[in-house]
Amino acid sequence: MESGGHSMNRVTITAHDVAKDFNRRQIFRDISFSLSLPSSLAITGKNGAGKSTLSKILAGLIGSTRGSITYTLNDKQVGIEKFKHSIGFVSPYLNLYDEFTALENLQLLSRIRATTQQNEGRMKDLLSLVNLWQRRDDLVGTFSSGMKQRLKYAFALLHNPNVLILDEPTSSLDEEGIEFVQRIVRQQKEEGVLIVATNDKEEAGWCAKEIHVGMPER
Amino acid sequence: MKAVKYLSIILVTFVIIAGIAIPMVPEPQSLFEFPIIPGLEDKARNIFFHVPVAWTSVLGFLVALYYGFKYLRTKNLDYDIQSVSSAGLGMMFCLLATVTGSIWAKFNWGSFWNWDPRETSIFILLLIYGAYFALRSALGSDEARARLSAVYAILAGLTAPFFIFIMPRIVGGLHPGAKGDTSGSTPVAQLHMPPNMRFVFFVSLIGFSLLFIWLLNVRIRAARVEHQLSIKDH
Amino acid sequence: MNFIVSTWAIVVKDVRSELRTRYALNALLMFVVTSVATILFALRDDELSPEILSGMFWVVIFFTAMSGLSRIFVSEEERGTTLTLQLVASPSVVYFGKLLFNSGLTLILSSAVTVLYVVVFPAFVIKSPLIFGFTVFLGSLGFASAATIIAAVIAKANTKGTLYPVLSFPILIPLLMTVMKSTARALDGELFTAALGEFQILVSYLLVMTAGSYLLFDYVWKE
Ligand SMILES: Nc1ncnc2c1ncn2[C@@H]1O[C@H](COP(=O)(O)OP(=O)(O)O)[C@@H](O)[C@H]1O
Ligand SMILES: [Mg+2]
Repeated sequence: MESGGHSMNRVTITAHDVAKDFNRRQIFRDISFSLSLPSSLAITGKNGAGKSTLSKILAGLIGSTRGSITYTLNDKQVGIEKFKHSIGFVSPYLNLYDEFTALENLQLLSRIRATTQQNEGRMKDLLSLVNLWQRRDDLVGTFSSGMKQRLKYAFALLHNPNVLILDEPTSSLDEEGIEFVQRIVRQQKEEGVLIVATNDKEEAGWCAKEIHVGMPER
Repeated sequence: MKAVKYLSIILVTFVIIAGIAIPMVPEPQSLFEFPIIPGLEDKARNIFFHVPVAWTSVLGFLVALYYGFKYLRTKNLDYDIQSVSSAGLGMMFCLLATVTGSIWAKFNWGSFWNWDPRETSIFILLLIYGAYFALRSALGSDEARARLSAVYAILAGLTAPFFIFIMPRIVGGLHPGAKGDTSGSTPVAQLHMPPNMRFVFFVSLIGFSLLFIWLLNVRIRAARVEHQLSIKDH
Repeated sequence: MNFIVSTWAIVVKDVRSELRTRYALNALLMFVVTSVATILFALRDDELSPEILSGMFWVVIFFTAMSGLSRIFVSEEERGTTLTLQLVASPSVVYFGKLLFNSGLTLILSSAVTVLYVVVFPAFVIKSPLIFGFTVFLGSLGFASAATIIAAVIAKANTKGTLYPVLSFPILIPLLMTVMKSTARALDGELFTAALGEFQILVSYLLVMTAGSYLLFDYVWKE
């Protein structure tokens, strides 16, 4: 249905003793795990514990201070630049362009990604899924925060990613929005790798495994 | 480091005494007499202080660039401490070189600033140091500060070779050795000196370089302690 | 192949964004007009030498560029789209896309300044068009190259606007000295061969800056 079937790549993500410092202060350390599809992992912890930071590190958007992340694609180890195209990421730190319409955002970004063909049909499916097809020609700048969050899902799923990382998955979403997120989550954890960063017990419960980040109180 | 400290003190003291006390005579006979250079006279003594100070300011930049490069390779913040300590020291020497140079220029060429190639070069180095520290103070986290200031230092270093080619083409030189001699208008000095002056000059270069190494060491140790303390404060 | 497609897609995105918001272009052109008008007020009746005119020519380009070229990275940073772009494109694609856009903008800018100078300064007669053309072309590209990497650096800083010229100027001095010299040659009507030395410097500046920026960009772009 909505996600149009995953491409059949075998992927794994492995974290080896990952640690991150900001301003010489350790945010977290000794994060190690290995995920291969199908699997799901919840990243939990208090506000400021480093959930968003760890999800950005996993998506290859920022580096770790120590330790490393390795990715394999069809049993071959690949660098992040190659693996990036297998990752979909929804995050409060990942905004879309205000001066373009919803549809233009998807078109421009997938053209920059340049790995898959422009697929107008898929864009229509996804925009309908997140209930924005009627508003496809409106500027994103005029969207409410919930609508922007919906559009981020369409962007994240556009290229059929094997790995889906969701940071605060339901922030600003209404009931109907939460419902479609749950549908996406259900499908993703059966067919691919799902990582959810959240401090909500229920959302953490979507995942089979859980990892807790943060440093013990001093 | 103790050895560096005492050696630098001894050498610089020697240069101060020798550079100021050795008389200048029209026809030098012994080792302890310098020739009078027409037009410069006693003002020539500045070469024992001004040129080594200017050299040290360049050295400070090169060392900062080197440690900045090492930071980018390793992401070890201790290299940033070394890099910024060196840049701070280099900037201080750069100011000293500018001041000693322009006072000397006032007496010799009649005005404090003449846009001679070497004056221009030291001015640009001063601008680079200023920009480097302005950038550092505008960055939020220690990691970003270390990373971006290292990048900037390397970019600035990339432009250095251009000055050596461009200066002589664009501006006429005034520095000693420049008149009718194109080599004098490059940013790098070419020296024609009698052996005893040359000896004092090179002792001074070594002395100031050692002084730089010792001061850098002190600064790095102080900066490390400061960071240890600020971590404890958290 | 993908590399070229992606890079071009970034340029297309930025051009469309520019056409829609008109952020940089309008401000830049107004800046050119105001600064040339200021110079006209200051030097109304003076006979200007080629050296002064060529200096003024590049001063206007420098300050105008400093008011607009940082936009390319600052806007991504301000709107929080940096990570989005990072997710869909490799650093080198982003770098070359932004470099192409800024090069185009700088070429438009220097052409506009040229037209304006020819119109308002009777003494600004381009006696060697070939020298002038090469100088403006190579100079603009070198200028854009240095300005683009510095823009990427200052986009991460708190005080972006004032910092931009402060960081760019020392890096641009060799370029500015060279283009001023060879623009003066063009106004003096010298032979093309007289300016070959300057062209060599401009080409090597462009190559060194672009290669250096390309190698350093990963460190700037990715935290
Ligand atoms: N760019 C940054 N510079 C400095 N500190 C940062 C930066 N990003 C995050 N931090 C710090 O890292 C910690 C973890 O942040 P974050 O990962 O956003 O937490 P969470 O998502 O778990 O609430 C916080 O203390 C935050 O202040
Ligand atoms: Mg968070």
